[in-house]
This record gives sequence, C-alpha cells and structure tokens, in this order.
Amino acid sequence: MNQQKGSSPRFAAVVIGGSAGGINAVTTIVSALPSCFPLPVVVVLHQSPDQPPCWVDYLDHLARLPVTEAEDKMPLVAGTVYCAPPGYHLLLETDGALALSVDEKVNFSRPSLDLLFSSAADAFGAALIGVVLTGANNDGAAGLAEIAAAGGLTMVQSPCTAQWPTMPAAALQAVPEALVADLEDIALKLVELCIVKGA
Amino acid sequence: MPERDSLEIEELEIDLLLEAILRRYGYDFRDYARASLRRKVRQIAAEVGVSHVSELVPRLLHDAELFSNVVGNFATPVTEMFRDPPFFKFVRETVVPYLHTWPFVRIWMAGCATGEEVYSLAILLKEEGIYERCTLFATDFVDPVLRHAKEGIYPLRNMQTNSINYQRAGGRGTLSDYYHADYDSVIMDAGLRENVTFANHNLVTDGVFSEVHLILCRNVLIYFNNTLQNRVLDLFHASLLHGGFLALGSKESLQQSDIRDRFQVLEPTWKVYRIIE
Ligand SMILES: C[S@@+](CC[C@H](N)C(=O)[O-])C[C@H]1O[C@@H](n2cnc3c(N)ncnc32)[C@H](O)[C@@H]1O
Repeated sequence: MNQQKGSSPRFAAVVIGGSAGGINAVTTIVSALPSCFPLPVVVVLHQSPDQPPCWVDYLDHLARLPVTEAEDKMPLVAGTVYCAPPGYHLLLETDGALALSVDEKVNFSRPSLDLLFSSAADAFGAALIGVVLTGANNDGAAGLAEIAAAGGLTMVQSPCTAQWPTMPAAALQAVPEALVADLEDIALKLVELCIVKGA
Repeated sequence: MPERDSLEIEELEIDLLLEAILRRYGYDFRDYARASLRRKVRQIAAEVGVSHVSELVPRLLHDAELFSNVVGNFATPVTEMFRDPPFFKFVRETVVPYLHTWPFVRIWMAGCATGEEVYSLAILLKEEGIYERCTLFATDFVDPVLRHAKEGIYPLRNMQTNSINYQRAGGRGTLSDYYHADYDSVIMDAGLRENVTFANHNLVTDGVFSEVHLILCRNVLIYFNNTLQNRVLDLFHASLLHGGFLALGSKESLQQSDIRDRFQVLEPTWKVYRIIE
C-alpha cells in the first residue's frame, strides 16, 4: 500500500480481533477514531448468538469512519473499517486486497483471528498494528506472535478490565512485550501512532 | 529486513513448487488466491517436517501419494447440506418454476466437494416434482472426494445442522426421510443419485463439460484470483443454454467480472444470475 498523506511513515494497517464481548469492545475503539484516521482497519469477531444481524450497519452509524463488510478481492482503502462476514475467514493478500475463504475452522472459529493476523503480518510486516480484545478462547495468540516476529506493533486489551480475560491473557503469554491498555487507551494510542501532528 | 527477505524467498519457493506440481501432475494452482494457499503450503511443510518450502519439490516429484494429500489439502472440500438455506429456498420458489418450462433439464454442479450440496439439490428437485426430468452433473477435481460424494455416507453428528438447514430451506418433509442411519453415520438414499453423474473435471484446465440450464458453483471462485475467476466465468457462460441460470456462493459475484453485462441479477444476496439472450 502506498503511504497516505498525514500518516506516520511507519504504519500501513491495523488488524483487530475479539470474541465474547468483542462487539462492545470494537465499537468502543472504532467509534473513538477520528474521521482523519489514515489507516485501513480490519476487524475479525467470532460469531456469537447475541450478535445483532445489522451490527456492521450499527457500527457504521456510530463511527466517524466508514464501516463495511469485507468482500472478497476488495482493495483496502485508507480510513475504512472492514469487518469479516460471519462464517468466512478473512485474510489479507500481499497486494493489500482482502480475501475470504471457507477453509476449515481454526481454533473452532471461522472467521479466525490467527488467519487474519498471520496473513496480515505477511502482507504488511513491520507496518502492521495488531490488537487482541476480550474473548473466552486462545484464538489470536499465535497470530499476534507472528505480527510481533515480523516487527509489527502489538496491543492487548488489559485482561483485568476485559469482559472475558482468557483471550487477551493468552495473547499476552504469547507476546509478553505487547502494549497492555484499556479500550479507550487503545483508541488513543492508535491515533497517536498513526496520525502525525501538523501533517 | 531479514523477515521481508525470507518472505520473498518463500514466495519464490511456492512458485517453484506450483510449477513442479503443474509439470509433474498437470494440476495448475498458480492462479489460486495466494494467502490461503500459502498457509496450506506451510502446513504441509510442517507436517512433512521440512524447514523450507523448496524441500517439498523433490518429495512431491517422486511421491505421488504425498501429492494426492497435497491436492486434497489445497482443494478445501468443506461443505454442508443446504448451505445458506435462503439460497435453496430461492431456488425452490423462484428458479424451479422456470425449470418446469423445459421438457428436460441439465444441471451442472461444479466443485461439488463431498456431495452434500448434490443430495440437497436432488431432494429439493424431488420435492418439487421435477427430479425425473433432470440430469445432474456433479464434478470436482479430486477423485477421493468424488468417491465420497458418490457413496453419500456422512457422519450422523452433522445431521442436526443439516436438518435445521433443510427446514429453513423450505423442506416439505423431514431430512431423515432421505437417509438411513447406521451407527454413527448416515447413508443417503440411492434414489437421490439415480440421475446424477459424478465426474472429474478441473475448472482450470478442462473445457465445457456439457450444455446446461443451471450451473451451481458455490464457494469455489473465492479460491481463485481475478484472472482465473474470469476464465472460469467465461467457461460457465459458454456452457449455459438460452435462459440458463448461474448460482455462485454468497460472497462471490459477477460484479468485477468481464461477463457481468451478459447476466441479469435475479437474487443479489444469494448471487443467482440469469443469462441475457
Ligand atoms: C469449499 S468447497 C465448496 C463445496 C460446495 N460447492 C459448497 O458450497 O458447499 C470447494 C470445492 O471446489 C473444488 N475445486 C477447487 N478447485 C477446483 C478446480 N480447479 N476444479 C474443480 N473443482 C475445484 C474443491 O475440490 C472443493 O471440493
């Protein structure tokens, strides 16, 4: 992806994943991002029975950034939020396009955080920011480790304040150097890292 | 940075591997979507116990059995009965009435995997009283997967999901009317495959299979890149008779394809198209 005006030269994309409680967590973060946020944000949430069917529309309504369901082969656009459709894995190609698949479930989940994170680390290397939120399983830990190994920046929601601590705790165990923060601070940190003041 | 270098080398190794597979076995995966394929290649390398993808090349060249495992792995025959129930409901309520206007109907299900989709459509056609007039061609490019489809034996534990799907798809009876349970598996009624021909057909390298009224090719094109998608869609266009129908997976579409103007959208969510005369 080409560098966008006003973004720091370091980062090109953000990937966020969560499971139980993840809808609220993602909503808090995404709706706190300003309309000038210069990076694409790709979101994977495990399906939950309480997931409202029009969740993407709801998030789009609340957020200042455009929010859309990810489509196969869709090119990433700066300042847009993409959500994995239920029942499909979401991956990133190295040319920065989104890709869907119905491969076997990973960690009992489709979509799986590990698949998105791992493919995103291949696509963006050190220019990637990965975030693991609340959840009751271990998905995302291995993927976050791949992001860290590729030199990307990793963040984990504080297990103490997460609605479900298992997933962030597993991610922290896999990536002890990840930044630990509450939801509001994660949003602030994203803005601080990605928006160059005065640009 | 070393990581980026090793990624580029790995990419080259995958290219070499795919070239070796093509020239040794005739299967062409070069235009498959890379991210998903790369992951599968890495899994195979880990299972075989080699640290570099290129080390798979000599193994695969000399070990046909390893190759059939690899194709099985690349193919992703993941499926279920009445997948996307509203799609089958749409076929039942809106497409079947058109099919009734033809004296005989030929249907091609490309990428049928282990056959769940074939039995689903066969059940639907029986319930709508048109099965006897239909010929179904069910194709895939992996022989063991096709054998499984032909046998029609599935784990009993899957039948709960399948039954729910069947009901939501507008089923007129109960799914258990169409199979016999035996210990922990079920056998689909042989009558369902009376008019079905299972055959090996590779969408990448083979030509028009037959001229048909309806093509189902669902959740196959997402595994292809744009170039290959366009090629396969051309093949479908050439295979359809006047007024024929094309059904893709719910996350696939003609939107970006070269042939989109030659089709009319019948159902935008479940991706059912009709060829324009
Ligand atoms: C994910 S399954 C889809 C099964 C079913 N149509 C469904 O939607 O549930 C994809 C299938 O496409 C088949 N396939 C992939 N590449 C193919 C090719 N080049 N030619 C024919 N079949 C192919 C695979 O073997 C696999 O069985």
